[in-house]
This record gives sequence, C-alpha cells and structure tokens, in this order.
Amino acid sequence: MSRKLVIIGAGMASGRLLEHLVDAAPGAFDITLFGAEPRGNYNRIMLSPVLAGDKSYDEIVTHDAAWYRAHGITTRFGEPVVKIDRRARRVITAAGPTGYDALVIATGSAAFFIPVPGNDLPGVVGFRDMDDVETMLQAARRGGEAVVIGGGLLGLEAAAALRAQGMEVTVVHLMGHLMERQLDEAAGYLLRKELESRGITVLCDAHTRAILGHDRAEAVALEDGRVIGADLVVMAAGIRPETRLAVDAGLHVERGIVVDDAMHTSDPHIFALGECVEHDSVVYGLVAPLYDMAAVLAKTLTGHEARFRPPAISTRLKVTGVELFSAGDFATGEGREDIVFRDPARGIYKRLVLRDDRIIGIVMYGDTADASWFFDKLTCGEDIAPIRDTLIFGPAFQPGQEPASATAALPGTAEICGCNGVAKGSILAAIRAGATSLAEVKARTGASASCGGCAGLVEQILADTLGADFEAPQVQPVCACTDLGHDDIRRLIRAQKLKSIPAVMQEAGWKTSCGCHLCRPALNYYLLCEWPLEYRDDAQSRLVNERNHANIQRDGTFSVMPRMWGGMTTPAQLRAIADAAEKYDVPAVKVTGGQRIDLLGVKRDDLPAIWADLNAAGMVSGHAYSKGLRTVKTCVGTDFCRFGTQDSTGLGIRLEKILWGSWTPHKVKLAVSGCPRNCAEATCKDVGIVCVDSGYEVGVAGAAGMDLKKTEPLARVATEDEAVDLTVAFIQLYRENARYLERPYRWVERIGMDWVRARVVEDEAERAALIERFELSQSVYRKDPWAEQARPEYGPRKWQPLADLTLEAAE
Amino acid sequence: MSSTIESTTRPATAAAGKGDMGRWIDIAALDDIPPRGARVIRTRLGCIAIFRTHDDRVFALDDRCPHKGGALSDGLVHGHAVTCPLHAWVISLEDGRVQGGGEGRVGTHMVRVAAGRILIDASLATRNAA
Ligand code: SRM
Ligand SMILES: Cc1cc2nc3c(=O)[nH]c(=O)nc-3n(C[C@H](O)[C@H](O)[C@H](O)COP(=O)(O)OP(=O)(O)OC[C@H]3O[C@@H](n4cnc5c(N)ncnc54)[C@H](O)[C@@H]3O)c2cc1C
Ligand code: SF4
Ligand code: FES
Repeated sequence: MSRKLVIIGAGMASGRLLEHLVDAAPGAFDITLFGAEPRGNYNRIMLSPVLAGDKSYDEIVTHDAAWYRAHGITTRFGEPVVKIDRRARRVITAAGPTGYDALVIATGSAAFFIPVPGNDLPGVVGFRDMDDVETMLQAARRGGEAVVIGGGLLGLEAAAALRAQGMEVTVVHLMGHLMERQLDEAAGYLLRKELESRGITVLCDAHTRAILGHDRAEAVALEDGRVIGADLVVMAAGIRPETRLAVDAGLHVERGIVVDDAMHTSDPHIFALGECVEHDSVVYGLVAPLYDMAAVLAKTLTGHEARFRPPAISTRLKVTGVELFSAGDFATGEGREDIVFRDPARGIYKRLVLRDDRIIGIVMYGDTADASWFFDKLTCGEDIAPIRDTLIFGPAFQPGQEPASATAALPGTAEICGCNGVAKGSILAAIRAGATSLAEVKARTGASASCGGCAGLVEQILADTLGADFEAPQVQPVCACTDLGHDDIRRLIRAQKLKSIPAVMQEAGWKTSCGCHLCRPALNYYLLCEWPLEYRDDAQSRLVNERNHANIQRDGTFSVMPRMWGGMTTPAQLRAIADAAEKYDVPAVKVTGGQRIDLLGVKRDDLPAIWADLNAAGMVSGHAYSKGLRTVKTCVGTDFCRFGTQDSTGLGIRLEKILWGSWTPHKVKLAVSGCPRNCAEATCKDVGIVCVDSGYEVGVAGAAGMDLKKTEPLARVATEDEAVDLTVAFIQLYRENARYLERPYRWVERIGMDWVRARVVEDEAERAALIERFELSQSVYRKDPWAEQARPEYGPRKWQPLADLTLEAAE
Repeated sequence: MSSTIESTTRPATAAAGKGDMGRWIDIAALDDIPPRGARVIRTRLGCIAIFRTHDDRVFALDDRCPHKGGALSDGLVHGHAVTCPLHAWVISLEDGRVQGGGEGRVGTHMVRVAAGRILIDASLATRNAA
C-alpha cells in the first residue's frame, strides 16, 4: 500500500522534489499537494521578466494540469493549510482535515513589510508571486510614479521592470550602496550608474519613515524630510521564512524551521525544505541550495541515505543589459589576496578573492563572460598558482591585454588643465600634430603651463596615445592603492564629475576594494571640497580626531578646546570653563599657544556632556583637531594699545567668524597684528595681516612649526573689506588646489607666488568667484559639530557602549 | 533587510568545539554600527571593540592596541583591518595580528550576525578576573 504524502506549498522547492519522487519511486506515494496560490508550480525567479513584459505567465509554468494527472498527484490549489494536527497526523484546510503518513512543509517565504505607518495601504505590494506581478502591471498601465523600497536583487529587478513599463521609478535603499549583500562598493557604484542612465532615481542611505496617503498610497516620506510621490510602493526590503504553521504546531523553529542534514524537522513524520527552513544556522534565499535539498529529501523519503551540504552560491541580476555576477566570500582580509581588474573606459570591474591559491570569492560587473569559468574553479577548489598572473583575464587570455587608463575614459570635452581651460581634445590634437612630450604639449596648448597640477594627466594622455613611444615620468602616488598622484585625482574628480569615494576608486582604477587610512581621508576631503552640496561627508573616512571632534591623548582621553574668537573671552565664559573643568574632573587646564584654553584629559564618555555645557555658555568647537581653520590670533590693537593703527582684534574676530568650520587640505592658522611691532606674530602664519597707518599688509605662506618661514607679501590694501576678501580668496584657492596634508607654505613653494597673486589679487573676477565658492561651501560647513554631536540621539548611536556586560549577573 | 545571508566569524584562536557554542547573547542590531565603523561593549575584563566592515562582516577584538594601548574602536576601518588612532599600526580584524611587521597580537572573540542582529559568545558576559 502506498504511503500518504502531503506537501504544503506548490513552490520551486516542492516542484523539484515531486520530479525526483516520481522518477525514483513512481507509485510509492499517494501525493496530495496543497498550494495557497490559485495555480500550480511555476518558475518564480522568472517573475521579473514577466513584470518587464519579456515573458508571459504561460511561459514560466513548470508543471501543468496534465503533468499532475499523469503522475497521479492530487492538487488542492487555492486552498491554504491553516493548521497541522501532529497528534492525529493530519492537516486542516477550510475544506476539512487530510491525513498523512509523511508531511513536507515547503511554504517558502513572505515579503517583509518594513514596520512603518501606512505599510498596509492599498497600492503597497510585495514582490513574491504572480498576484503581486498582476497588481504591479495594472498600476504600470496607469503610468505614474513607483517607489521601490530596497535596493537588493528583488528591488532592482522590480525597478528595472517597472521602468521598462514606463513608470517613473525611485529606489529607496537603506545602505550605502546597492545590493550590498552581493556586491562590493565598486560594483555597486557601476550598477547605480547604469540604473541612473535608464532614468531610475537611486537614493542610498535613505530611511523610510512612513507611507503617506488617505485611501491608498500616495507618497513615501523619508527620515531626512524628503517626500517622493508614489502611485505604487513595492516592498522589497527582504523576506521572512514562512514558518507560522510550524510554530503553531510546536516544531523547533529558529529563524526558519530547523532541519537536519536529511531534512527531518523535530517531528519524525514531518520534513521541510526550501526557503522556510534553517539548516546549520543558515537560511537560504536562492534556488540552487533548495534544489540540493529537494534531491536529499527525495532520498530520505525513499529510504536512502543522503546529506545536505551547503553549496557555493552565485548571484546574477536578471535585468536586460546589466552584466553582473557575484559568488562566494568576497571580503578582504589577512591571508587573502585580491586580484582587481578595472577598465574605467568600458565600465568593467572584476575582482577575485584568493586564499591559499584558491578562488574563494568573485565579483564581476560589465563583463561576466568568464563568470562560470571562475565559478567552476571556486567550487572545485582548483589550485590556480600556475596561472595566477593571467587568471583575471579569463580563459581566452591574450598576452598584452591591459586595462585602459583613467584618462582613456574621458570624453574629448573634459577639461584637463583648469588654469588655462585646455580640454582633452586639444591635447590629442597637439599630439596628432607631432607633440611627443609634456614640454611640447605645454608649449602648443598651454596645458600644465600654470600651476602644473595636471601634468600627470597630460602625461597619461601622451602614454595612452603614443603607447610604448612615451615614457611617463613617475609621480608620487597617493598611497599603495593607486598609481595616481594627488593632483591627478583632483583633476579626475572635476573632469569626470565623480561624486563618491567608490566612483573615484572605479574611474581612477584603484587597486584595492575600499582604500586605506591614507587615501580615504584625502578622497573625502577632495570630494567635499569639490561638491559641497552634493557630497555627504563620510565620518568613517576620517581619522579619530576629526571623527570625535576632539584631540586624542596618549592615554585615550581627549582634549577639549572651545573657540575664543580672536583670543577674546569674558568672565562668564571663563567661569563656564572652570565649572566644566571641575564637573568633569579635568586633570589639566592650559593656556595654549593659540590664545585659548585647553581642557586636557577629558574622558571619551564625557565629551557630549561637556560640549553641551560649553554650548550652553555660548561657546562652540575650537576645531583644535581639524585639518581646517584653527585659530586667528590677535593683539589688542586700537582698542587699548597706544601704537595700534587699526582694529586688529575686530578684524581677527571677523575673519574667524567667516572662516570657522571650513575644511582645508591641512590646518590653517591666522593672526592679525595692530602694528609692525607684530605682537600677534602674524608674519609666520598661513595668513598674517599686519595693520599699518595706510591700511593692511596681507602676507601668506608663513611657517613656524617644523619649518620657519616669514610670510610672503600678497598685497597691501586700504580697507578692512579688501583684506577680508583677499584672505578668503587665498584660502579657497588653497582648498581647491593643494594636496591633502600640504600646508600653505609648502603649496605656495611648489606653485609659486606669481600664480597665486594672478588669481587672488590681479584677476578680480576670479577673486569674486573664489569667494563665492567658499561661501557656498560654508553654507554647509559653518556650523558647530559639538552642538550636533551632543544631541541626545547621538548618544546611543555613537558615544555610549553598544552593551555593558559588567552589569550581567555573575554566575 | 534580507534575512537570507548571515556570516559567522570564528577567530582562528578559538577551538570550534561544540560544547560551549550555541550560547550567544544578542547585543545590538547590525545597523547600530556604521559600515566601516566600530562600537565598544564593556565587560569585566575590559572593553571589546565590535567592528563592522564595508561588506557587513562583524569582528570582535580587545579594544587595546598591542603597541601602546590605543583604543582600536576609534581607528579607521578599511578592508578587514583597522588603523590604530594613536600611531597608525594596522591590525588585521580576522586574527588580531599586526600587519607589516609590528610585534604582538590582539585577542579576538566569537561574534556572529543573524537576521540583522549581532550575537556574541555568552562566555564574554560571565568572564571574570578570577
Ligand atoms: C595645544 C597646543 C600646544 C599648547 O599647549 O599650546 C598644540 C598641541 C598640539 N599640536 Fe601644535 N599645538 C599648539 C600650537 C601650535 C603652534 C603655535 C600656534 O598655533 O601659534 C604651532 C606652530 C605653528 C604651526 O601651526 O605650524 C604648532 C605646530 C604643530 C605641528 C607642526 C606643523 C607644521 O606643519 O610644521 C604639529 C604636527 C602636525 O600638525 O602635523 C602640531 C600638533 C599638535 C598636536 C595636535 C599633536 C597631535 O597630533 O596630537 C598637539 C595636540 C596636543 C593635545 O593632545 O591636545 N603642532 N602647534 C597648541 C594649540 C593651539 C590652539 O589653540 O589651537
Ligand atoms: C521576483 C523573484 C526573483 C527571483 N530571482 C531569483 C534568481 O534570480 N535566482 C535565484 O536563485 N532565486 C531567485 N528568487 C528566489 C527563488 O524564487 C526562491 O528561492 C524560491 O522560489 C523558493 O522556493 P520555495 O519552494 O522554498 O518557496 P516558494 O517558491 O515561495 O513556494 C512556496 C509556496 O508555498 C505556498 N504556501 C505558503 N504557505 C502556505 C500554506 N499555509 N498552505 C499552502 N501553501 C502555502 C506559497 O503560496 C508559495 O506558492 C527570486 C524570487 C522572486 C520572488
Ligand atoms: S610641541 Fe610636540 S609635544 Fe608639544 S604639544 Fe606640540 S606636538 Fe605635542
Ligand atoms: S598605540 Fe596603536 S599604534 Fe601606537
């Protein structure tokens, strides 16, 4: 007599199980298949092409009525199982009970609806089954706007398909880059660029606050206040194993229904497979491992021995025209080696992660022709040592194949030389006309004839065009992650409008996946300087002092130094400082060489509180820790001194109020002295102003640290306003052109005072433009970081420990 | 967030014995640590830094640099390494070793991520100087 086998769920895993069973043991079971959907087994992964209009539902059906009939399978579609009665061994549906000898739970997963207000409004759909696809297609026929919440595989396939159906699509993604589970930042950047070129708006780091609407979804509101119109909202923020029946039946369930290697649940008569199960603490969300489970369970049910072993898993995105592949473990780390190939010109990125001469991870974007060749080597653990050098080029390796350079990717209109406005096309023309060296290109086009910052790029273009005939002189690279120097990177950021760290790393051909402690701070600065409004400062690319807004000390405590504008203070401020010093047990209070007071040895945990107290007394951060404006020292000037010629104190305070908060390549210090006796030591500062009877002598590029150097005269002006303008313009020129960690005196030494004077003093239009760009940047950065970071919500996010286990009861 | 991927990081030093495993304490959500960032947990034997890398892996190391005791949780995270905030030694998060030749090694601890939650080895809560 055949055993009664009941299967709950007509999905991809149970479909495969049925095939194995009817093959291996025809007639051994009397099978009843329950399905909540009003249809039989179909290829769920092809729902994306159905949504995009590339396929019809009929084309993705895997088992039709004739097949079930031919194999004697009773189908009960559209009839969800509501309860498992383990004692009586039967399942219950609306139509009543059905007994079993063996039960298989294959209920898959359900879309996870993020818990925000409005998530149950009509017009909010998951992307899981054919009904969801039909709802979306109906919405798409009416046109309008769609918001997809979640930038993973499902979300992006939905977004691309809805876009292809003519909707305006926005993807809202919580994380910093798309498909972060499968892709590294570099590939995520390329993917984003491709989707944006199709007209899809991509918002990363975006937290959904609510879905707005009265009778149906009308818009999605983000935590940062943005509101995006939405006629359709697709929830693609993850999936949850469908375990409700198993939980109610008292089976062992963790995240999924727990199964052993043979697919037994905790009840000997009940088995489970597919996305609803958890095996060895892992839950799966792709079909390959589920098919392996189906093969194992078929053996178990027919009395054979078999064990499920987690296979290597690979992912592709099913979006027409996007080539993307990811597999294995692509994290970097000790004992692992990366082979990275980037071809900026063709938008290609390939990365292999090796350990012990074996491929353990693969990420490919743009060209995935060799993906299966690599994946094969990964799954069988092949020793690749003999072909290591050419491995990344794939099986059809041609000797001499090299990635194209970053400059090869630039269009002819891209401006290479900012000083003299020379585009790449003009440089190419000069080379075609016979120029073979930097000097000749400079002579014919003017490129790199001024500050020389673009010399590296001009040489790269010479090398691209002349090939082996041109031998490029070596520039000092930023760090071991790249061959390019600081100037080249800055020019590329400008010319190619690169607005994120992954964008720079891809387009400039970085050799590592996410940089190091030398390049990340530099890139972060270059990007915020170039795109003050678009780029978001990345705290994780800053070193400790700038991330914590305080100077770290040798014992891990911090020093706190409030601003004292121009060195002026009041009894009330001094009292507040004294109170803070006592309240927080500050071990040392010192007057600094920068005319203000330092509280040394503050405990990290006390920082937000001491800042809040100082804020309350009207004081803000002194930025004593930043590559930015530090101090403006002043002398007492005309207010009190019998020799004072101008209001040096007032001018110093005015300058500090304009400049504070700005980030610069290295620190910047100013001083204003009221007469040539120079009590504020203005003649050794980055910018030093000495007041005289007839006006102001503005000097720049002094030094009194590791080097000692007198300032160079920039100009002598009659009014305070002119002195301020010159100062601001000089600092903006420095911000835009110096290399990261280059003090002004070093930078001026390299490019020459004439070049500086030409822009800041002689060219009035340029001076005004520099001031305008500085002001634009300050509209973002002229604010107190202490006030921000002392806000209560920063406590649990940053300042408090994640957990305090000293409070756990000792055993 | 997808619930389909999880990673377990077992330090090279800890024997993967079955006995004491399986007791994990849930301490926080993965999103409580910024990518390429770190936070600390306090234990009776000192602070432990919990790092989250660019690829959402999580590591737990003693929060003391083997050079002069810098708090690694205040370092800059890149790849699977952290640069110490005091004198820029680079420490591997995978095994706590100093990269590029420095002496010493930082203690590593068991941590794992499941369903977007960070779980640590329960013995860290009960460990005592005794
Ligand atoms: C607090 C202070 C010393 C004091 O007690 O007076 C100080 C303290 C430090 N200086 Fe300074 N400098 C201080 C005034 C100076 C001055 C004098 C001045 O500002 O008028 C100079 C010479 C002028 C100059 O800037 O070059 C000065 C030249 C340096 C240098 C050498 C810079 C150079 O390019 O040559 C460094 C190293 C660096 O920045 O790389 C440095 C670095 C440091 C650091 C940040 C070292 C570090 O990285 O930890 C010290 C932090 C101590 C701490 O834990 O808080 N400090 N330092 C002064 C704070 C001034 C302020 O109110 O902001
Ligand atoms: C749009 C989309 C694209 C995808 N693309 C890919 C891809 O490219 N590659 C890849 O590997 N994977 C992909 N997947 C994932 C893949 O489809 C799933 O891993 C797979 O379908 C899971 O199989 P399953 O049998 O466990 O669950 P399912 O296929 O979900 O089947 C479970 C079935 O059980 C039914 N059910 C649930 N509860 C009950 C109940 N109480 N009573 C009766 N029936 C019930 C459900 O209605 C459902 O029909 C994609 C998924 C989607 C939605
Ligand atoms: S002079 Fe040297 S020791 Fe003194 S504060 Fe400056 S950096 Fe520190
Ligand atoms: S204490 Fe870490 S490098 Fe010195």
